[in-house]
Order: sequence, then structure tokens, then C-alpha cells
Amino acid sequence: MSSTDRSPQSSAPAIGIPAIHAERLCRHYRMGEALIRAVDGVALEVRAGEFVALLGSSGSGKSSVLNLIAGLDRPTSGSVTVHERNLAKLSREELARYRLHTVGMVFQSFNLIASMTLAENVELPMRFAEVDRGKRDSLAREALARVGLLARMNHRPSELSGGEQQRAALARALINRPRLLLADEPTGNLDSRTGTEIMNMVREFNQQLGMTVVMVTHERALAERYAERLVFLADGKLVGDESNSTVTANTGSDHAGSDGERL
Amino acid sequence: MNLPDLAELAVRNLRESLLRNSLTTIGISVGVASLVAMLSLGIGLQQLASRRLMKSGLFDTVVVTSRRDLRNFSREEERNGPAPAESRILDEPTRREIEHLPNVLEAYPDIRFITELRYEDKPHLTTIAALPASAKSNDAFEGVQGRFFSSDMAPEAILQKAFAEELLGKTPKPGLDETNVAELAAPLLGKELMMRYAQREAATPATRAYDNAPASGNESLAGAAYSVVSREQKLKIAGVADLDPESMRGPTRARVFLPLGLAESLHVMQPTDLREISRAASDQPVYSSVNVRVKNPSQVQKVEDAIKKMGFNTFSILDASRSIQQFFKVLDVFLAIFGSLALAVAFIGIVNTLVMAILERRREIGIMKAIGASDGDVKRLFFAEAGAMGILGGISGVALGWALGQVINLGTNIYLQRQSFPPEHFWSVPWWLVLFAVLFSFLVSLAAGLYPAGRAARLDPVQALRYE
Repeated sequence: MSSTDRSPQSSAPAIGIPAIHAERLCRHYRMGEALIRAVDGVALEVRAGEFVALLGSSGSGKSSVLNLIAGLDRPTSGSVTVHERNLAKLSREELARYRLHTVGMVFQSFNLIASMTLAENVELPMRFAEVDRGKRDSLAREALARVGLLARMNHRPSELSGGEQQRAALARALINRPRLLLADEPTGNLDSRTGTEIMNMVREFNQQLGMTVVMVTHERALAERYAERLVFLADGKLVGDESNSTVTANTGSDHAGSDGERL
Repeated sequence: MNLPDLAELAVRNLRESLLRNSLTTIGISVGVASLVAMLSLGIGLQQLASRRLMKSGLFDTVVVTSRRDLRNFSREEERNGPAPAESRILDEPTRREIEHLPNVLEAYPDIRFITELRYEDKPHLTTIAALPASAKSNDAFEGVQGRFFSSDMAPEAILQKAFAEELLGKTPKPGLDETNVAELAAPLLGKELMMRYAQREAATPATRAYDNAPASGNESLAGAAYSVVSREQKLKIAGVADLDPESMRGPTRARVFLPLGLAESLHVMQPTDLREISRAASDQPVYSSVNVRVKNPSQVQKVEDAIKKMGFNTFSILDASRSIQQFFKVLDVFLAIFGSLALAVAFIGIVNTLVMAILERRREIGIMKAIGASDGDVKRLFFAEAGAMGILGGISGVALGWALGQVINLGTNIYLQRQSFPPEHFWSVPWWLVLFAVLFSFLVSLAAGLYPAGRAARLDPVQALRYE
């Protein structure tokens, strides 16, 4: 792996240059006779270091857009370029490497591997990246310490609360130092208190590590509290794009604590 | 992903659904066990057969006769090579020459004659044959009571069981011969036999005085003379051999055996002496036939050819041994096919287990892909699981097959013992078979993993993640 992949900090000062650039992005499914236009001609540009929320009701295509950005899916037509790489043109192998080094993902249902301990879950991406064992151990500890789970590193996911699982998932998303953090309804399975905890961490990654964050959610309030920019989708089309001035105003180190109290 | 990581994850995954994977592994191990059992039976039987055959002295022996000996003369031999009358004499220098051919262990004259033996003043007529010291390792003398000759010149004799019975005045019972050799031998060992024989003596010049031949007659065969003198030789009974005199065992077709050196020194009148004019007057020993022992049955043909080139007739049972080897090759193939059938069933078991694992771990595969696993990583992981089952199954299968073999061996030997046959080791698991079986099991398992691994690798991560 290249060193640039592992150091998002270096991209932090470059806030403002486009990290994601989607043009006429389409993703159509065929379901029986019907053609479903999950994503239908979306144009989107996200600057490096930006925190963007994709909003919309279920079936609006927001998750499909996220999957296309994540390189989990390929567009039917159009293009999505992330850090000057057109994902539509990458081979399966290259796409896997892109997911490994450039993208970190968190999901609504945490998606930790049940048979592995937290430490093993967190270091799994490094196994795919062929990082050697000693380095893997120390990085996994470091990441778990960052999300406050070092004491539980040898527990299995089933022994943890939802919030703890999502924190572990965040640690895993962070482990290969990606530039992009993609979150698909990260608080959907959590109560509001733990949801806030998670969101504060996401914001911390965004602000301290300079990661570009794209978060899918259907909760407008949540998006307004954390995202700098709100992008609205309906029926696979982009129907609104507004910057969120409230959030930029109240970014600060005291923020995490006060947010928790406000809920 | 590198190999240690793959192995670690594979073993972890196998442990996760322990029951199913153990059952599959047991399936493989039963398959391997049956393969190992079948093949080691085949190999064991073959080794047993060739051990027996080697020891019998049948397959590493070439019998050399002079072309002058018109018995057993085939037309083919008549056409090729020198005419009988012009061909070489099978005498001592020739024997030594043969002994120095490559791959020849020894060449010894075949001395056998019929004569009278007296035991406790009762005469017995029998065939006597001479044995070289090397015959000690011949399996015909495996069950000998007493001992083998103390030296090549010792005035000792080994008796066949049947002859021992005759000496003791016992008549063999019809049907299965179950006489105990030890019982027979006990009263005979160490006793003396008196052998009467006819000694051939080349006539000395003095005894030739009455000849009409010129004085230089030594060089001319015409008028050559020899005399036959009746002699006696005391023999001590050294052993009694438990073998069937009727069996087809070249040098052992006789009822009494003498050490070769002693037999040669006696210059016993041989039946062929009368026919062979040239040898009659010769001081050099001339033989009617010479037995040549070859290092290895595979070299018999070469040695035979070399001896034929020298102008002698040869005979061996090489062809018989060849077809026996061929039979065992075919037997091995058949046994391997039957053994592999069980492995084929195990193959399907692996495919089934892994396909099930894909369905079960669909989501896990999706997660791994989402966090950066490539198609190759997923494929290799499934391969590693198949391979690990293969190696585990292979190793336990070899152990199981070996144990199975031991049990069958034991059972058969108990049966053999009841039938009063000596126990045999007809089960052999050579180290190469162990390696081969484990490797084969590994490769078969990898092949079984081919389809599931490919399928897992092609899984669409978006779909897999949606799957609950």
C-alpha cells in the first residue's frame, strides 16, 4: 500500500479540492419486468474534508448512491470519480483495493463479524492489506483506544451493546486510514444518546483527521446538527443541495459534551 | 492475504461450525482410509509375493547348460549359435568366467545324483543334491530343524522331512501332512548316515598301460580312460528341512542335501559322465549344469543374454515373474479405483459443506468485501478451508487406514494360525503412500473447493449485505 493511502492527515490541508465527483450517475435494476431507477442522473461534488448528509425517504436512492461511491456497486451509466479515480473504469481487483485503502464504511447494522473478537474485527482490513502482525496489533489497539473500547478488545460483538458495536465498527473503518468515511444510517439502530456519541466521533474524525464524510440518513434533525451540507434525494434524483450554516457555526472542541446534554 | 493469515482464518471458520466441518472431515478421512487400506493391501501382497519369490530362488536364478547337453534342446537354440559339437564345455574356468559377469552373485555347479544311504544298517535309495552356502537364506530352509551346514566342506547332511520319515520307518499319512518336523528331527539330529557312491577317477598313466594309444595319449581323447571306484562317506545329520520335495524349487528338488564343497570333492560319477566323452578323462571338473544367482530379478535378462553370448543354453522363470508383476500392477489400479470411490463421495461432501457455508456466511462475505477484501481474498479463504479439511482428513485418514490394516492383518493372522500356517505380514504402508495419501486428499479437497470458492468470490457485496 502507498503511504498516502495511510495518512489522511496529509490531505487535511487540501480541504476544498473535489474528493468525490459524480456526473449523470445512474444505477438501474431490473426486477422482473420492471426497471427500477434507483439512481437516476445524479450530479454531485463533494470537497475533501466536507461532511455531507444524503437525505431522503426510503427508496429515494440515497443508499445506492453511497454504495456507488463506496465502490461496492458499479454505475449503469455515468461516472463517479473519487480522488481522480473513475470507479466505473476500475477492475474488480482495483475496486477492492480502493475499498481497502480509500474508503471506511459504517452501517446501520454494524456488520461486525460475529465469530471474531473486537480486536480481530478491527484488524481484519489490515489482514487484507497484508500489514504484518506486530504492526496490526498495535494499530488495532490504538484504534480501539480511540473509540474507548480497549478494555473490551477480546469480547465478541454479541457481548457488547449496540453503541459499543458501532464504535468498534468505526474503529475498523478507521484502521487503514482512509480519506473517505461513508456511513449508512449509522445511528439507525441506536437510541438517541448512543447515536449522539457515535455522531460526535464521526465529527471528530471529520475535523481532526480531515476525513471526508458522506452520511446517509433519513433524520433531518441529525443531519442538520452535524453535516455542513445537506443533499436531498427523491426517486433517484437529486432534489436539493443546501449548505448548513448552523453546523459550521457551532463546531468546536466543547461541542461533543454540550451535544450530549442537549438531547 | 498472506498464508499464515489465511490458515488462521480458515481454521477459525472451520471451528465455527464444528459439527458440520468435522463430519465432512471424517468423510474425507474415511475416503483416504479406504484408499490407503486398498493400496497398502495391494502393496503388501505384492511385497509378500516378491519376498517369497525372491527367497525361493526361482526368480533370480539362471540355469546354464552346455549346448553339448542335448537334453532340453529347442529348435530355436539349434538355429542360433554354434552347433552342439563345436560349443564350449561347461567346466570350472567357464563357471568362474560366468561368476565374474556383472550382476552375478554366484555361479555354482548343479550336482545331483542318485545313490544309497545307510541308516542303522538299512539301505535307502535317494536323490542327493549339493547346496551352496548361500542357500541358507533360501526360504526353503526357513523352517529347518537343527542347523545349516557348519562349513562348505563339512561331512554333514540335511534331510527332507519325507526322507526323515522314511528313515524312522514312518509312512506319511494321506491328505494334509501335519507331521511335526521338530518331532521328526529330535531322534535324527547328530546321528550318522553312511553314503555309498561311485567316484569317478581319471585313469593315471600307470593304469593306462594296457592302452593301445601312443605315449602322448594324454592330449588325445581317443582311448582316454577313467575308472569308477565305489566309496563310502560318513555324514552327520545336521538338520531336517520342512519342505515339500515335489515343489518346483530348482536346487531343492532332492531328499538329502550335502554342502557343495564336499559334494565337489567327492567326484561323484554323474549320469551325464557316460555320455560326455570329452569330460571323462579331464582332470578339470566339468559340469552338466551351473546355477547362476543374479543380484536382482530385474537383471536376469541381461545376465541370460551375456551367458548366451558365451555359447551356452540358459533357462529362467523370468517371464513368469514378469506376468506376476503385471498382475499386481493391475490389482493395484483396481484397488486404487475402489479406494477412490469413497474419496469421491467425500469430494461431494466437501462441495456440499462449502456451498452451505457460503449461504450461511453470505453476509460475512459481504462485510469482508465491503471493508476491502478482493475476490481473490475470498476465494483463497474458501480454498484454505477446503485445503485444511483435506489435510486434516488426509492425516486422520492415513492413521485410520493404517489402524484398519493392522486390525485386518491381525485378524487374518489369527485365521492363518488356526489353519496352522505361519503368520504373514501382508500389509504395508510405505512412507511414500502416507505422503501421497495426504497430498492426494489435499488436492482432491482443493478441487472440491474450486466451485464454492469461485461462487463465494463472485458474490455481489451489495446483495450479500442486504441478506439477513
